[in-house]
Amino acid sequence: MTEKIGVYVCHCGTNIAGTVDVEGVAKWAAEKLQHRGVVIARDYKFMCSSLGQELIEKDIKELGLTRVVVAACSPHLHEKTFRNACKNAGLNPYLCELVSIREQVSWVHTDKAVATEKSKAIVSGGVERVIWHEPLEPFRVPIHPATLVVGGGIAGIQAALEIADAGYHVYMVEREPSIGGHMAQFDKTFPTLDCSACILTPKMVDVGNHPNITLLTWAEVTNVDGYVGNFQATIRQKARCVKTELCTGCGICWEKCPKKVIDDVFEAGLGKRKAIYTPFPQAVPKYPVLDKENCTYFLKGTCKACEKFCPTGAIDFTQEDEFLQIDVGQIILATGWDLFDVRRMPQYGYGRLANVFTSLEFERLSNASGPTGGKIVLRDGVTAPASVAIVHCVGSRDKNYNPYCSSICCMQSLKFAHLVHERTGAEIYNCYIDIRTPSKGYEEFYQRLLEEGTHFIRGKVAEVTNAYRVPEEEGKLIVQVEDTLIGKQRRIPVDMVILSAGLEPRHDAKEVGRLFGISCSADGWYIERHPKLDPVATMTDGVYIAGVVQGPKDIPASVAQGAAAAARALGKIQQKEVAMEPIRATINEDKCSGCRICNNLCPFNAILFHEDKMVSEVNPALCQGCGTCVAACPAGAISGTGFSNEQILAQLDGLLLLNIKRLEEIPA
Amino acid sequence: MKEYVYFPGCSLEKIAISYHLSAIETTQKLGIKLTELEDWNCCGATAYFHVDELLAYTLVARNLAMAEKVGSEVVAPCSACYKNMYFTKLHLSEDPDLTEHINEALQEDNLLYSGTVGVKHLIEVFSNDVGVEELKSKVVYPLNGLKVAAYYGCQILRPKKDHEDVEQPQFFEGLMSAIGATPVDFPLKLTCCGGSLLISSRPAAYSMINNLLYNAQQAQADVIATACPLCQVNLECYQQQVNQEFGTHYSIPVVYFTQLIGLSMGIPPKKLGFGKEFLSPKKAIDAIKNIKNQEEVITQ
Repeated sequence: MTEKIGVYVCHCGTNIAGTVDVEGVAKWAAEKLQHRGVVIARDYKFMCSSLGQELIEKDIKELGLTRVVVAACSPHLHEKTFRNACKNAGLNPYLCELVSIREQVSWVHTDKAVATEKSKAIVSGGVERVIWHEPLEPFRVPIHPATLVVGGGIAGIQAALEIADAGYHVYMVEREPSIGGHMAQFDKTFPTLDCSACILTPKMVDVGNHPNITLLTWAEVTNVDGYVGNFQATIRQKARCVKTELCTGCGICWEKCPKKVIDDVFEAGLGKRKAIYTPFPQAVPKYPVLDKENCTYFLKGTCKACEKFCPTGAIDFTQEDEFLQIDVGQIILATGWDLFDVRRMPQYGYGRLANVFTSLEFERLSNASGPTGGKIVLRDGVTAPASVAIVHCVGSRDKNYNPYCSSICCMQSLKFAHLVHERTGAEIYNCYIDIRTPSKGYEEFYQRLLEEGTHFIRGKVAEVTNAYRVPEEEGKLIVQVEDTLIGKQRRIPVDMVILSAGLEPRHDAKEVGRLFGISCSADGWYIERHPKLDPVATMTDGVYIAGVVQGPKDIPASVAQGAAAAARALGKIQQKEVAMEPIRATINEDKCSGCRICNNLCPFNAILFHEDKMVSEVNPALCQGCGTCVAACPAGAISGTGFSNEQILAQLDGLLLLNIKRLEEIPA
Repeated sequence: MKEYVYFPGCSLEKIAISYHLSAIETTQKLGIKLTELEDWNCCGATAYFHVDELLAYTLVARNLAMAEKVGSEVVAPCSACYKNMYFTKLHLSEDPDLTEHINEALQEDNLLYSGTVGVKHLIEVFSNDVGVEELKSKVVYPLNGLKVAAYYGCQILRPKKDHEDVEQPQFFEGLMSAIGATPVDFPLKLTCCGGSLLISSRPAAYSMINNLLYNAQQAQADVIATACPLCQVNLECYQQQVNQEFGTHYSIPVVYFTQLIGLSMGIPPKKLGFGKEFLSPKKAIDAIKNIKNQEEVITQ
């Protein structure tokens, strides 16, 4: 045995030491694994601290260690830390192995004796494995300076502008005809009640006019290849049937279009649009789109009113969907949210009882440019309500639907109450479970509402019904709720009910996540690299998330995340190149039979086939080291650096303590 | 021919005899064989589970163990019997220790509960196993124009079962439409009738019954159709007391859904148990009589 191995066991405060006899593990390793080359084994309170790292560095220098095993937390957290420590001391960083005795031992076990034995086995596996490690050098690849921002809501807009203003190119892809997202649907924003459009539209215009931004609306990303620094994205530009180079956005086409369609997206089903349309007057870009599914010409073959009246001849019925290929270095996903479908809670009567509204419907109802011009009226379109109930937590904080808090609904409901009070003078009842107003200026807004005379009833609404018990209730919506502060059931007859529905992940969040190689939590939100310390990065290098895709949040928080994601992307662009993990597959030409099984299996298209030599070869720049080909090769010709057969089998031997048992079997 | 083990429950022996008669008659017409479980015992009703859970589960498990021996599915027309059997089966499947414990007791009776028998409410047999189309094909005298408040009560659907609409179900209305009747909008269709509250708190029970009757009256129902003996008793037999208490003038007949289905199939009212009620469902029977008279005139 020629290697000199150092073993370092971390207490992680009491995180590990509370469940594992850390000192015992270190002593055991020093004694029992000595014959495998372990020359030193230490335990330390916090190995990741600078003092802990110095300990390793000192041993490398003084004892001439050639391999290092650290038993601590998951490699996700500190693999880089300990590799750097080795590097600082002149040891190739890939000769260090981090084994987890926290996530895989102390956090999942309670029996200290058992946990200690398991830790010993894991350390033993690490020692056997590290013997087979080879010094590796990271690849350096250039970073393409352009960034793809998916989703043109406020988070995406902020991210795009930050990057573009810093002088780098941005491709913004938006599914709808205009950017603006949900924020464009609102009238007022809490808690300051500034007009949503007034603060949003200047930013939208900036995106539309920015020389560094290529804006692709009515478009979707259909495929993504490559890796950090070098992504290739395929984008489907849906046919607009409008030649944007000729269109002036004058609006004659949608004025003349005879076909009215209920607008389920922007107007939340409350208003209508034409078959050729922009969703709202301040839309960016100004060019309309033609909705082929509802256009009379596409349905019946005649009409073409838009074409006849267009003064610049911009209408083109023959346009087809186009596919664009773009190269980008990094990607920011800001694809937003869907509103909880309140029909899933039939006890609240939406769809059955006319004057039950969703929160998005109310946003449109209260919007000055909405279908009623900002008049708050019942479904009949004329009657102002004399009393309104606002139901909080619809589909949120409810284990039957979504267990999480949607975070924005309390403040949104307070805003609704204020708008109703201001515009109709109606009696308002806010039925809440808890009022949550934790941000700057929010609690003050709540106090303001209390002073305005809104009734606050603490209780989850049981049902909204039209079954009246006394003649005075006839024709009203009756809100049945337990007022838990006075300990009584209440029946509150009102004219209008607003359901403050929760936020949900986009219906296709899973598929979109797969497209970009990132995953969703059980609730469906995209998972950040670290919930506290790295909230906008993901486990896939070069792919960031911003806004509600990461979890429910309001406008200020979405903007902050958009800017944060942009800062992360800019940081990488500034570095101009990125170091790639040298964990790669290689093919032994002599063993390769040329069967090509691996060629199609590779998810990164990293394997080439040489017709002349009849062998396959891995392109190390594209290979991500996933190991699929290694497992699939029938000739065993492919090996993965860092995951060679020798390394894996040796680690198994170590885990099973065969390295010690064999020794004991040998008679003295 | 579909076969079920039939668990009538105590009510259907006496107070709900019309439910029993109509259940047997209508299922026969639909080619369904209900075989009454031999030596069945009380299901524990609403009270026993609050007195002694272990004994209550044992009581129900005994019935289920006997049913296992003779068939694959046991059907209860009474909602309380159904609920107790359904949740006992569910609970025992999640608690093998309790099952073992209960089986020790059942052994004395040479019985073993293994959880293989399915549990159904009678109305599920009509709405799921028979289905609306099949039912329609058996209708001879559609109850045209008869306005029915389809009253589910609470125990068929509560507590919640997976994948079931417990807030706005439609299957009862579907059955009523299938026999030609008009189901009215009856928002309180799932609200509790008061159950056994009449024993412990009469004013509270009267108030609950009043709410239901008021709602049915506002909906202009000619008749309330029910699938539970306790609902039937509470809503029908106490109408006079409720009228006295609240100064109201309700006179709404309350019948079993099987009675209405039987009428539409041309089964004579007597065979369906009509004539035993407090408030005559005259309108329902008259609807049939009118059609019959017309037919007789035509054939003469």
